[in-house]
Amino acid sequence: MSAIVVENLSKVYPVAVKEPGLKGTVQHFFHRTYREVKAVQAISFEIEPGEVVGFLGANGAGKTTTLKMLTGLIHPSSGRVNVAGYTPFQRKTGFLQKITLVMGQKQQLIWDLPALDSLRINAAVYNIPDRQFQQQVDELTEMLALAGKLTQPVRKLSLGERMKAELLAALVHRPQVLFLDEPTLGLDVNAQVSVREFLREYNQRYGATVLLTSHYMADITALCQRVLVIHEGQLIYDGSLEGLVDRFAPCREVKVELAQPYPPEKLALYAELEAIEGQIVRFLVPQEILTRTVAKILTDLDVIDLAVTEPPIEEVIGRVLKAGLVV
Amino acid sequence: MHRIFRLAHTILSVYYAYMLEYRAELLFWVLSGSLPIILMGIWTQAAQSGQFGLGAIDFARYFIAVFMVRQFTVVWVIWEFEREIVEGKLSFRLLQPLNPFWHHFASHFAERFARLPFAFGLLALFFWLYPNAFWIPSFGNLSRFAIAIILAFTLRFLMQYTLAMFAFWIERASALEQFSFLFYLFLSGMIAPLEQFPPFMREIVLWTPFPYLIYFPASLLVGLPVDFGRGLLVILGWSTGFFLICRWLWQKGLRQYSGMGA
Repeated sequence: MSAIVVENLSKVYPVAVKEPGLKGTVQHFFHRTYREVKAVQAISFEIEPGEVVGFLGANGAGKTTTLKMLTGLIHPSSGRVNVAGYTPFQRKTGFLQKITLVMGQKQQLIWDLPALDSLRINAAVYNIPDRQFQQQVDELTEMLALAGKLTQPVRKLSLGERMKAELLAALVHRPQVLFLDEPTLGLDVNAQVSVREFLREYNQRYGATVLLTSHYMADITALCQRVLVIHEGQLIYDGSLEGLVDRFAPCREVKVELAQPYPPEKLALYAELEAIEGQIVRFLVPQEILTRTVAKILTDLDVIDLAVTEPPIEEVIGRVLKAGLVV
Repeated sequence: MHRIFRLAHTILSVYYAYMLEYRAELLFWVLSGSLPIILMGIWTQAAQSGQFGLGAIDFARYFIAVFMVRQFTVVWVIWEFEREIVEGKLSFRLLQPLNPFWHHFASHFAERFARLPFAFGLLALFFWLYPNAFWIPSFGNLSRFAIAIILAFTLRFLMQYTLAMFAFWIERASALEQFSFLFYLFLSGMIAPLEQFPPFMREIVLWTPFPYLIYFPASLLVGLPVDFGRGLLVILGWSTGFFLICRWLWQKGLRQYSGMGA
């Protein structure tokens, strides 16, 4: 049975519209007009238990709204959702015991108290026996390298430590399905790496299902085998990360180091020229003629070195998100 | 049962620790409730003329009792709930298998234990300055006061929590509280004991929830005559009413919630 099943899920919000200026303000006060915003439009997908799936989309594409519907925080306008065998919006205890949501820009820990106090509340709320709670906290503290930090007031922790403590609080009841909304937001590179490693280890150790949104492509490439891409509320891609690159980046970059300089007009006969820096030339070659072109370059030109690379994934995904390329 | 006891114990102890973080603020919060002490000065002066039915000492005792009742029943849940809605912080609460009501109720309850030592300190100071006003309530009155004060706090909390539910629709639900505070101020007995109201008006007011928030427990403490049985019934009736409306609004409101900013 799938851990997450989403069928034709939609969410429509009414949003008040206000014209700028005094006239607009007065009009807005006496007569409020609303327009409907289709935040999510009939999306469908399934996620199997233990999968780690990246959820990509530009700001306002509908990622967070979808996560809110999957965690039962908001009610869908239409469609069907099933998470861990439950309908999220009913917020049954069994459902809440099985899921968690981590929001990088929000915190649940009590600011003025040590994190351990908030964890004790969570243990009591989730009805975790004392011994099991201690075991869980010890294990997660070790995985997150948080030893000695849980007894300090949360406000005294660094941003990275606080995010790790938030993760600990969100996982202390050992949920099976994790929804992570920008879990590495604002963290430095080292903290990002350690959060990423922790998530990978958590997934492997407990077989948890993870749906992750992030603007840091490194999070996605390090953790996700599969990605969902949402654009203006519609799901435009569901498949492997490599597949996304293949589909949306049909060119490869061929970097050639030549033994002698050649005139650009001659080089341009082989493929589109991306750049020429002395004797180092970079071509952009469509994938279907890649082998032929490389062979021709090697035969015709005096080549010292040749390398074929994929364009950076950030660039590909940026292009997909910007253009909303529909598959 | 064991789970509920453990949950209550943990939440109360953590929120108590949280409240104790604000040592200096606690004193000012207690002092901010000293309007009854100011009114006491006015009424005891006025009582010298002898046309109010109660003597100067009676007024002094009544208003010090009002001060203590306010310390036991002060509620601010609407501002916290409103903030949770507007900032989307309610989301975290909704993710847990415990109704957020209990978090708020526990934090208010725990705050009493942090606040009361300061309040009792002020009470001692008051009696040191005005030894004539000192009195010891009978055991019976004290017991009835204890019941009335717990019920008064619960009713006040339920009333404000019910208004807080409107934050799902209007975001600044605290405006409703500020409006209803007007009724609270005049009808609860905070400004004047209900004995000073015209009889027909007093009879009407006694069917509203307001006098049971201050006048009723304060009168029990100082020994003014009140109908204890009727008082309990009115409190329970209003509490049940507010509880049901609150639950209904909660269910409706959740459908409205959009988790703003989160």
